[in-house]
Amino acid sequence: MADIILKVENISKQYRLGLVGTGTISHDLNRWWYRIRGKEDPYLKVGESNDRSTKGNSEYVWALQDINFEVERGEVLGIIGKNGAGKSTLLKILSKVTSPTTGEIKTKGRIASLLEVGTGFHGEMTGRENIFLNGAILGMTKKEIASKIDEIIEFSGCQRYIDTPVKRYSSGMTVRLAFAVAAFLEPEILVIDEVLAVGDAEFQTKAIGKMQDISKGEGRTVLFVSHNMASVKKLCTRGILLEHGKIKFSGEIDEVLSIYQKAQTSTKDYYVKESSKELFLEMVKIKNETTAFYSKEDIPFELKIQSKTSDIRNRFLLIRVLNKLDQVVLTCEAPLKEKNIYEFKIPSGTLVKGNYKLNCIIYQPAVSQYDNVQECCEFQVLDNIKEYAHLEKFDIGNMYVPKNWIQ
Amino acid sequence: MKNENSNSEWLYTISPKGKFVDFNFKEIWRYRDLLFLFVKRDVITLYKQTVLGPLWYLIQPLITSVIFTIIFNGIANIDVGSNVHPFLFNLAGVTIWNYFAECLKGTSDSFKKNQNIFSKVYFPRVIMPITVVISGLLKFVIQFLIFICFYLFFAFRDKAGTIDFSALVLFPFLVLLMGLLGLGLGMIISSMTTKYRDLTFLVSFGIQLLMYISAVMYPIQDAVEKIENNFPKSASYINPLIENNPLAHIVETFRFIFFSQGEFSTQGILITLVVTMGITLFGLVIFNKTERSFIDTV
Repeated sequence: MADIILKVENISKQYRLGLVGTGTISHDLNRWWYRIRGKEDPYLKVGESNDRSTKGNSEYVWALQDINFEVERGEVLGIIGKNGAGKSTLLKILSKVTSPTTGEIKTKGRIASLLEVGTGFHGEMTGRENIFLNGAILGMTKKEIASKIDEIIEFSGCQRYIDTPVKRYSSGMTVRLAFAVAAFLEPEILVIDEVLAVGDAEFQTKAIGKMQDISKGEGRTVLFVSHNMASVKKLCTRGILLEHGKIKFSGEIDEVLSIYQKAQTSTKDYYVKESSKELFLEMVKIKNETTAFYSKEDIPFELKIQSKTSDIRNRFLLIRVLNKLDQVVLTCEAPLKEKNIYEFKIPSGTLVKGNYKLNCIIYQPAVSQYDNVQECCEFQVLDNIKEYAHLEKFDIGNMYVPKNWIQ
Repeated sequence: MKNENSNSEWLYTISPKGKFVDFNFKEIWRYRDLLFLFVKRDVITLYKQTVLGPLWYLIQPLITSVIFTIIFNGIANIDVGSNVHPFLFNLAGVTIWNYFAECLKGTSDSFKKNQNIFSKVYFPRVIMPITVVISGLLKFVIQFLIFICFYLFFAFRDKAGTIDFSALVLFPFLVLLMGLLGLGLGMIISSMTTKYRDLTFLVSFGIQLLMYISAVMYPIQDAVEKIENNFPKSASYINPLIENNPLAHIVETFRFIFFSQGEFSTQGILITLVVTMGITLFGLVIFNKTERSFIDTV
């Protein structure tokens, strides 16, 4: 039997919207009156699901509703979802910062949470003193910290300043120091909110590397929330997709991510009728009926450009193909001509299996950008080319190369 | 059956409503290092960026005592007894009272002040008010040393050393009671202020009012008699406030230790003990209840 280390059962969390002020005492009294008569809380019934954009009738909303999942020991679980889907609330409940309205969470290990780096840092104290304080806040004992202090200082890269008050640090250094403490936490379950998006590029790589060590190398259980799909994909083995406070899907991280991407960007063909721009894209569409292609098919697009000037010298159309992690896979550029309709065709066998979309820009180098269609024409490549078809489930990167590279 | 088995394996459970009384002393003990480090932080950062530093702790009680002496002994003619100088009498009261006031003030905004930390990471919240009470001890010790200096000065000048050494054993106990009272009341107030902010305005005002019924600048016996003589009608309302006030008994006993005069009533000490325990426990309960939900209300 799999070793379940964390079990979340029917967790719900209700919030009251609007101003807390008038009415709270009366609601409190009402609640209390119901409670002493042994009845259910009347306000628990009126909650609505939490959809940020639609205006609800009730002032109580469910930030989370009936959340159930289990985490096995050593698993790295990614929690993704749009803003306001309930990710942070879930993390707050898991880290005991706030308590759930209903339901239960059972765990077999100590949970340490990292919802923020540098909690409790005090500017007047030195780096070393802050390491101890911050470590203790995160749940380490003094002995544990003392045994790791040299590693922590080294990892932070702040050796020179370690006995200087933190208020003299640059903000980047503070963050490095704070993350270094967190990186050496050793709980059975680690809960992390988007804290990787700190520091410079070098430090980020270091941080992600350390995270991977924690999860893969040391077999620690990690729950990870992030908007950075690339790092979620890199770190997590399984995922949960939250939407309006409910679990929409849970499963293998790739599947979850692709469902999320689809829900996230329902970008289809792009049309615009009028624009104040001098030069603009009126239409970008996939020429076929379908948005899914096999590797042996060409993928044709049609673009229509409207120009209010006749001078199109030195203006270019630049098309970029992005993958589902928003990384640019390839770029194609051509000068504008005396016509409206353009065709863009990705030849068969160019893209590896996956989901893609286009980003189209009209610009004049070093002068001006006329139009930029951020995301459109999402499409899918269903399989890999024959030579690599057997690597169906394996990440083979972004491009095909001839097999004769290996001799 | 299988379910029951696996249930017992769980180390922690997070659930919406805890038991009514749900102290996890083991957990607090596990976080003792944090408590120690918070106290250390308070001590380290106390004097940073002040010009006079610890001198402030000298100035405040001394000036207060001088003013009390002028007003209450000079103008109002309160009789503080024969073997103590009125200034020393007031200094004693102010010293022990200040510790209580510090604890209460420091703990009464525990939730609001630490909102940032509390909303990001979990540790037993009660660590914060306890920290205040322990680091307040440092201030108390400084002020107490000043008191001792003046005590010695007056003792040599007036040749009157009147410490009651047998009662001296009560001293740490009194300080502990003062701290607990401040902690208990502070926890109650801080729990209530998370939702109803009005109480914040009451705190400093309330502390001032409390001081006047806590025998800080008068001996209990003297006050009770005077009130009975001067306001015979309302004496039955005012006197019980003083006579049953645990703070008044702590202040009175503190002075008894050093001046061997005033009232030493076992009954008063017992009242104090019971009330302190009651307030502290109630404070813990209500604080515990609040810590589970305050993030949503603050």
